[in-house]
Amino acid sequence: MNLSVPPVYGLILAGGASSRMHRDKAALEYRGRSQLDRACELASRHVPEVFVSVRANQTTDPVRSQHRMIVDCVPGEGPIVGIRSALAAHPQAAWLVLACDLPFLSHAAIEHLLRERDPAAFATAYRSAHDGLPEPLCAVWEPAAGAALAEYQAGGGHCPRKFLIRHGAPLLQPLDRRALDNVNTPEEYAQALMALESEAPMQLQIRYYALMREQAGRSEESIETSAATPADLYAELKSRHAFTLSREQLKVAVNSEFSDWSRQLKQGDAVVFIPPVAGG
Amino acid sequence: MRFRFTQTAIDTRTARQELQNLAAGGYVSFEGWVRDHNEGQEVTRLEYEAFQELAVKEGDRIVEEALRRFPVVQALCIHRVGALGLGEMAVWVGVSSEHRGEAFDACRFIIDEVKHRVPIWKKEHYRNGDSGWVNCERCAAPAQHSHASQHAHAEPHSHAAEHHDPVAATSE
Repeated sequence: MNLSVPPVYGLILAGGASSRMHRDKAALEYRGRSQLDRACELASRHVPEVFVSVRANQTTDPVRSQHRMIVDCVPGEGPIVGIRSALAAHPQAAWLVLACDLPFLSHAAIEHLLRERDPAAFATAYRSAHDGLPEPLCAVWEPAAGAALAEYQAGGGHCPRKFLIRHGAPLLQPLDRRALDNVNTPEEYAQALMALESEAPMQLQIRYYALMREQAGRSEESIETSAATPADLYAELKSRHAFTLSREQLKVAVNSEFSDWSRQLKQGDAVVFIPPVAGG
Repeated sequence: MRFRFTQTAIDTRTARQELQNLAAGGYVSFEGWVRDHNEGQEVTRLEYEAFQELAVKEGDRIVEEALRRFPVVQALCIHRVGALGLGEMAVWVGVSSEHRGEAFDACRFIIDEVKHRVPIWKKEHYRNGDSGWVNCERCAAPAQHSHASQHAHAEPHSHAAEHHDPVAATSE
């Protein structure tokens, strides 16, 4: 393993003013959980440490204070301050930076970002499916970005998106168009709630063979999940069972036939992940 | 069914009879055996495991493809599952045909495709007490999932060719 690649920690941005929502966005609930909790839980499946970025006057807020916090420690406003504060707090780490208001963000999207991350760049981000611009708040920011962001801010810059454009940060195509949709207004919240409600968790049957059976410690299980596709399901189960094989090494079968990784899963589907075969 | 599994020793006499046909002028078969070494390790026994519902479908498709590609009369493949000792037969392929050339070609095609495509896994047990799933263990990233990003970046692509080109612990 390459020891020079810095570890990745998670930073959930929840310091925003929520001015268009007219209420605190971090506290908005989906399926009975605040979206800040959901974002922290999602990130914690992929990185060893997760922090919530807060302003100095938010440290006693009940939604935020349940989590480990990084308080803004550089002057200025907006997400750039949160990102710089995290980079300053743990200068050896890279940061998986996520806005807290991405209700459709999936395990697969995070896994893809972490896998495709370029540690030699200042950051690796998704390209917005809507305007083609970088999404700085669903990105991995590398340690070297700390000094560059300070310089950028000292020169009057404040927009992390413009910073990424200026430095030609590598951009990834989102796997799912909706993954980066954020929720800024009461109308968008209502729509997201409806969309998520209609995707109530399904019951799936998973069977394991060979190496994966041994690593999962079982040959089958029935799980409740909201994973939309086999890709998303594998990302979820990989972190749950600490599978060592990456998705690229596997094939997948749904209902005893080979399947695409992007197929829409349905209630009751039987899923088998197929590690490299060795018949004969 | 042109592809099937068996838990017990492969009965080649019966299998051969299934291929007999008065239009055929010859018959070619291939047997894969459990070998006592692989990749510098002393092998003591093997375990085969299959996702049978899908494996028989894919195996059947392979034999059907062979029958379409080569002008042969009949073809059949039988694969063992479970625990096998050294020298035991793990797989059998038989092809009957009007002429010998296409029988050899079809037999080769079937065993090669079966090794690449059919969801069957092989666990080797070694003299030194270790064991490992062939094609899975060496390519697997170290068990440290929380940092999945770091090694995953470097590994899967460079190893991809290896999974689709399995090493043969038996059969050759």
